[in-house]
Amino acid sequence: MQTDLIAEARRQAEICNACRYCEGYCSVFPALHRERAFADGDITQLANLCHNCRGCYYACQYTAPHEFDLNLPKALAEVRHDSWKSHAWPAGFASLFDRSGVAIAAALVVSITLLFGLAQALRPSGGDGFYAYMSHGLMVAIFAPAFLLPLLAIGASLRSYWAAVGGGACSFSDILEACRSAGRMKNLEGGHGDGCNFEDEDRFSQARRHFHQATLYGFLLCFASTSSGTVLHYGFGMEAPYGPLSLPKLLGVPGGILLCIGTAGLAYLKTKADRNLGAPKVWGGEMAFVLLLFLVSASGLLLYAATGTGAVGAVLTVHLGTVLAFFVLTPYSKMAHGFYRMAALTKEAANARELRQKMETA
Amino acid sequence: MHTTHDIVVIGGGNAALCAALTAAEAGARVLILEAAPKAYRGGNSRHTRNFRCMHDGPLGPLVDSYSEDEYLSDLMKVTGGNTDENLARLAIRTSAECLPWMQERGIRFQPSLSGTLSLARTNAFFLGGGKGLVNAYYRTAERIGVEVQYEAKVTHLEMSDARVEWIDYTQNGQDHRIAPKSVVVASGGFQADTDWLARAWGPAAKNFLIRGTPYNRGVVLADLLDQKVEQVGDPTQCHAVAIDGRAPKFDGGIVTRLDCVPFSIVVNKDAQRFYDEGEDVWPKRYAIWGRLVADQPDQVGYAIIDAKSLNLFMPSVFPPIKADTLEDLARAMELSPTALRKTVDTFNAACGDTGGFQPTELDGVTTSGLNPPKTNWARPISEPPFYGYSLRTGVTFTYLGLKVDENAQCSVGNQPVTNLWAAGETMAGSILGQGYLAGFGMTIGTVFGRIAGREAAAHAN
Repeated sequence: MQTDLIAEARRQAEICNACRYCEGYCSVFPALHRERAFADGDITQLANLCHNCRGCYYACQYTAPHEFDLNLPKALAEVRHDSWKSHAWPAGFASLFDRSGVAIAAALVVSITLLFGLAQALRPSGGDGFYAYMSHGLMVAIFAPAFLLPLLAIGASLRSYWAAVGGGACSFSDILEACRSAGRMKNLEGGHGDGCNFEDEDRFSQARRHFHQATLYGFLLCFASTSSGTVLHYGFGMEAPYGPLSLPKLLGVPGGILLCIGTAGLAYLKTKADRNLGAPKVWGGEMAFVLLLFLVSASGLLLYAATGTGAVGAVLTVHLGTVLAFFVLTPYSKMAHGFYRMAALTKEAANARELRQKMETA
Repeated sequence: MHTTHDIVVIGGGNAALCAALTAAEAGARVLILEAAPKAYRGGNSRHTRNFRCMHDGPLGPLVDSYSEDEYLSDLMKVTGGNTDENLARLAIRTSAECLPWMQERGIRFQPSLSGTLSLARTNAFFLGGGKGLVNAYYRTAERIGVEVQYEAKVTHLEMSDARVEWIDYTQNGQDHRIAPKSVVVASGGFQADTDWLARAWGPAAKNFLIRGTPYNRGVVLADLLDQKVEQVGDPTQCHAVAIDGRAPKFDGGIVTRLDCVPFSIVVNKDAQRFYDEGEDVWPKRYAIWGRLVADQPDQVGYAIIDAKSLNLFMPSVFPPIKADTLEDLARAMELSPTALRKTVDTFNAACGDTGGFQPTELDGVTTSGLNPPKTNWARPISEPPFYGYSLRTGVTFTYLGLKVDENAQCSVGNQPVTNLWAAGETMAGSILGQGYLAGFGMTIGTVFGRIAGREAAAHAN
């Protein structure tokens, strides 16, 4: 971890702790106000709890030009980003976080070229739908490791994070609480339910929350669609292509549409928001990630639309290329935020529960 | 002369915004002249966090009830009866309807902050604090067509025949003159003009810190008083608290507050104690310590605690000075080590049984045979490391202001000024003769801002 980033966030957190006016906005402040001194792990945890809703910045009486120069969303964003790098596994890939834009572009080119080459070289003699272009066996050979290895890597990162923030045992109810919070995007509600500050300075709106919800639920539906396809394939011997009323299509089509809308909306809002209230250096990489997710969903929908036409081969290669790039970069791109966020929310739920229990017994 | 506006509101804080919104909603064309740049708009309201609100039952974030009589009796206690009861009752009674009015205009509330539970019944906290409130009001004002000019410094109101004829202001080095039908003054006290403070207080005032905006210099107030507009209050009366001596000269706000006094001994620069640190719970006593420190040599005090008390109070922005011995602490704080040692030894010897120590309530753990005594929380300063904070007088706002009637209208002699109203800190002295009640400044601003806006609009329409 970069000590100067932690030190700056700590300086700001100590001012916040003497003020407390922002207590109701999100989970960060109640967590902050429970402490008197902030260890490095505490700052890292607060940083990953912060959803960058910016309510505290616009309400702050100490932002520049005031000499206290508070910009908590930025200070926490920089620690957050740095924490993902320091917990990256294997550590050699950590620097990809700083070059997300380039990494995503490169991964896309390599993935699409690779898949195109393999599809050409190993063109199946039979098969229906897209299996006519690429065999099921080849897809599994590529995507099973491309899915599982990054998950393994992110698992190792989370272990390291959990140790660094002093996480102990957490209960099922803590995880459930974290899911509830993420599922509602409670921390982008602003405490009053009017939403967050993002695209128009201090005006509260639900735009970012709703686009993020569309992205999250769209992604989960797409993931469920793929999973249901796998179950149908192996469990019931039902192979793709699936009809419009099949489970993979019923989940995948709305999922793809939601993901398209969500990512397009988030990208648009990102162009409107003040870059200096996040980590300015990674703006481009975050934008590239949002656009990659957009490409994943758009090419997936396009593939469905292209069914039966001569374009299937090309669109399939592009779609699978985007998915492959996305999977491979999951532990080293903005996608990691979802995993760290869930860990931070779980840790916060456990901390709040322990405090409640302590007060009840006292 | 440009006259596109019916009403000019001078000032850009809570009272000004309440006046502007009320007037604009009544159909008037309103211009706000705010002296500060946009980043510092809102005057002292930026630093506030709640307003005190009467209520019959649970209301918004407020629990239980808070009656008119109880509210008034709280006010009487802090002002020593030095108030205008009619205006005070008007402010108190109207405060109840203010809360929903504020919510309708974008203000959001939150439960009483951690560390302030004692206010959960009486004070409604703004989510995000006063700057959040100010932002929401500006948004609403913009939406209903109120025009706002920043860095617009009013220099003169031309009065004749108990009427404001025109207003002069400068902006970006250019002079402007406008002649609205009605004028609302809501530009605060004069505390940021330390020369004026020094005229009232003597040279001691140069050592005061100003907790809020540097833009409240009382220019409009002085201009109106010069033209015989009726004044109220005493120039030495103000809301002043003891704050961290390392706070910035202006705008330090809430984080420079020190809550350690009840668990400390406080000495002056000669290392002598001068007042009972344990007289009452801190929320009821913090406002008198500004004056106590102001009366000490060089207007400075030093609160000394030991290790066992460090975590008993809310943290503040600057860490305490820390040393392993009292002598080292004295040196670090530029006090005489022998004198501090003697004061602490004398104090410690006067402490008795501390078994009943209770940090959150009056515990009666007192000194005996000591002058001045410490009547609660009196525990020996004995456990290293030792910690010290320097204390200085922090002025929030001055009470000398414009006298108003129940319509917030100003007067000359016995005659009302036909088109001049005042709201907020600039007239709060009409109600606060001395002392202070937490959150009452924002109540006065909201209540009289709305009245001033209503009257100004009625006159203009």
